Amino acid sequence: MSDTTNNDANPAFSMRKICKSFGTVMANDCVDFEVNKGEIHALLGENGSGKSTLMSVLSGVYLPDSGDIYVDGKKQDFHSPKDSIACGIGMVYQHFRLAEPMTAAENIFVGTEGFLLHKSRKNALIRQFAVQYGMEIDPEKKTYLLSVSEKQTVEIIKVLYRGARILVLDEPTAVLTPQEITRLFSVLRKMRDNGCSIVFISHKLNEVMDLCDRVTVLRKGISVETCNISDVSVHELIEKMVGKKINLSILRPPVSSDLQENLKVINLSYKDAKGLTKLSHISFSLSGGEILGVAGLAGSGQKELCEIIAGVLPAGDGDIIFEGENITGCSPRAIIRKGVSMSFIPEDRLGMGLVASMDIADNILLKDYAFQPGIILKSASVREKARQIVKDLEINTPSIFHPVRKLSGGNIQKVILGREIRLNPKLLITAYAVRGLDIHSSYTIYDLLNEQKEKGVAILYIGEDLDVLMELCDRIMVLCAGEITGIVDARSTTKEDLGQMMSGTKLYEKTGEAIHV
Amino acid sequence: MFRIVKNDNLPRWKAIIFRICAILFGFVLSGIVIAALGFPVFETFRFMFAGAFGSEILIQNTISFAIPLAITALGLSVAFRMRFWNIGGEGQMIFGAIAATFVSLQMPDDTSGFILIPLMLLAGMIGGAIWGIIPGIFRVYFHSNETLFTLMMNYIAICLVNYLYNDVWKDPAKHGFSGIKAIEAQAHLPKLFGVQIGFLIALVLAGALYLMINKTKFGYEIRVVGESEPTANYAGMNVKWIMLLGILLSGGIVGLAGAVQLNGSAFALADGITGGAGFTAIVIAWLSNLSAPLIIVVAILFGALKTGATAIQMYPGVPSSVGSVMQGLLLFSVIGGEFFLKYRIVFSGKAAHFFRRKEVISSEEDEKFISDDWNHPNSREESSEQEGEK
Repeated sequence: MSDTTNNDANPAFSMRKICKSFGTVMANDCVDFEVNKGEIHALLGENGSGKSTLMSVLSGVYLPDSGDIYVDGKKQDFHSPKDSIACGIGMVYQHFRLAEPMTAAENIFVGTEGFLLHKSRKNALIRQFAVQYGMEIDPEKKTYLLSVSEKQTVEIIKVLYRGARILVLDEPTAVLTPQEITRLFSVLRKMRDNGCSIVFISHKLNEVMDLCDRVTVLRKGISVETCNISDVSVHELIEKMVGKKINLSILRPPVSSDLQENLKVINLSYKDAKGLTKLSHISFSLSGGEILGVAGLAGSGQKELCEIIAGVLPAGDGDIIFEGENITGCSPRAIIRKGVSMSFIPEDRLGMGLVASMDIADNILLKDYAFQPGIILKSASVREKARQIVKDLEINTPSIFHPVRKLSGGNIQKVILGREIRLNPKLLITAYAVRGLDIHSSYTIYDLLNEQKEKGVAILYIGEDLDVLMELCDRIMVLCAGEITGIVDARSTTKEDLGQMMSGTKLYEKTGEAIHV
Repeated sequence: MFRIVKNDNLPRWKAIIFRICAILFGFVLSGIVIAALGFPVFETFRFMFAGAFGSEILIQNTISFAIPLAITALGLSVAFRMRFWNIGGEGQMIFGAIAATFVSLQMPDDTSGFILIPLMLLAGMIGGAIWGIIPGIFRVYFHSNETLFTLMMNYIAICLVNYLYNDVWKDPAKHGFSGIKAIEAQAHLPKLFGVQIGFLIALVLAGALYLMINKTKFGYEIRVVGESEPTANYAGMNVKWIMLLGILLSGGIVGLAGAVQLNGSAFALADGITGGAGFTAIVIAWLSNLSAPLIIVVAILFGALKTGATAIQMYPGVPSSVGSVMQGLLLFSVIGGEFFLKYRIVFSGKAAHFFRRKEVISSEEDEKFISDDWNHPNSREESSEQEGEK
């Protein structure tokens, strides 16, 4: 481990020689991690490199097998998250832990002695934090009415109120628009200037370069290096994370000239069971051999769009034309038969598309079994297929008889995608295919998609990372609150434009002019 | 001091040993209770065992107790696989028996058994299926709570039997006493090895269900629907139809149990015809983890407990309720043991020093980080081992 230049700095906490093993696997192998007061420290590493384990040790969720934690120079033993909070360590998780029907203020004070504080005192306290760090919050608002970034603000104030001087943020930007990210960064910088220490976990290296002071890279449970951000480049960081040189640019094979229109969606609208409009007047077309990206904040109607095309949800209004045939109202099985494949990866990865307790072979069978003749399952051929998918996609599993619930997120995603691609679809709908995946796995998936594109498959790619959307897709459609705010050429658009459209500013194709609505 | 952590990857053989230990623990507990009551422990156990398996007749008794339990549990297990909490075993059995009785009352007295028995069994299946599909339709189309619905259907069936017993089907030959005419002698199920052939029906059914669940498309669909309805929907399955068919099958099998009970041992319809099998079968289905072959084994165990309990009354002073106490304690330790199969307790603080070395198995969350290590040398080693096992 290289020495840092901040020799005189005062460490807020340091973790020394932390070892934590699960069974035979060393998740953390003598990891050293030290964060100074008043700095933003990035913690980088691929999936499975031990970041989350390390942070779980810091927050008292796991007991380390060996190693010590010092906070403000004093050795501490964390037996539960309570001990860690008492030492001023606050975690802001990627998935918020808020009670939806309660107000922001109630969520902030829940479980603390301050619960009996007078309402106005509470609100004043919250506003004080908000003003101090430049955050915006309405303490009286019910949590379910808050936007994602407001919820995040509530989480941050919650840990600040509990006296946190050390904040750990786990992928805080994954769900934010570019504008909200900028705002979050300015809040974090203010906290740093106030002497707080921030551990920033992210997969997005540009953000790390932009925001952080120092960085620690973990690889396979070992701390590879800690260095100043100013001393490294993005490329060097990736090499440190991956351990080998990797070609970063995503290939975008050219779109073939004789495009055949594959999917046409005309004026599609949908209201959910509660009568809320989820999609309104969606119209677009998609050709074979083209990747149409869909950008938008979480919950802008992506899920409904996918499910309606796949026939899982009934279309409210409008038509879906697939290869010249109206498939609106067809059963999911009829649509599958026609060659539409959907791999939708929900937040919990297992909610739809896979059966958690079944093994890989049985999950591959999910899309095949209906087309087998007779009533008896023929599993031998499926096993062969499963082995092939495991091999082709480098799925790490003890065997194809391993329950998918026990696989890691990346491997689960590969199982779904592998199965869908194996069906030789004409239209492939894929949502959040690389969610939470490390760089290596993500690129495997981009390659797979490109391969399909070159074979002439039409691909609807619902994505989160704008950089990826802009590099991988041919066109990008932006959804905001169930409406299309623009369809743009991915080669020429900018992140700022996409960000504006994601937050509701309509941008009309071709003219390229933003019109505020 | 301690926390409870999810425990996900216990090897199969360990889990089996664990369950056997839980049963032994149940016997030890019962022994303590028996001793505390002032009875000789080993003598009582010996008497119980001898009472259940001691002679040919006793074994036959044990098995005839086990027959309705096994068939009903097999039927319920189909519904439970779809997470349709069918608590209506009693009602479906009774309605099956009502339907079978209806056939028997309609047919001329001298109808051959070759016609009567299959017809009555078939009627039993249809009756049970009808009683099951009513809550099924409400569940599938109106999302009503099937647990309460099926439970209430039990009481309706019991009241219906009493009505038939005391009024509509009251046998005039009984000179004013209530009662339904017993089925004709040729409708009695034939015996094999001294036991009514209901046990053959149970065995065949167990085999057929095992194959259906594991080897057929419909069984696969039932398993997927039970695990995740959204996934089933996504894969193009007609979830409503699969549910309804599954419930029909479940109710039908339970109704068959009612008919077998009628034709095999009760011979006349009355409200006590089930002997509580509809409820006991719920426990049996769960104790056997919904696996058809295991249901047979557990049902025999329950049959043995019942005949054994009758036998210990012959030992001076031991009440037969000791048998019920044992049943309860066995259930307690087996079901309680399931908790320790799924979770483990992690000690922290001072206690941790004693237990830390044992902390090997990972929790669900840990799992994520481990298996994410896509080319960790250790995880590869593990894989080849497990593949070998398969």
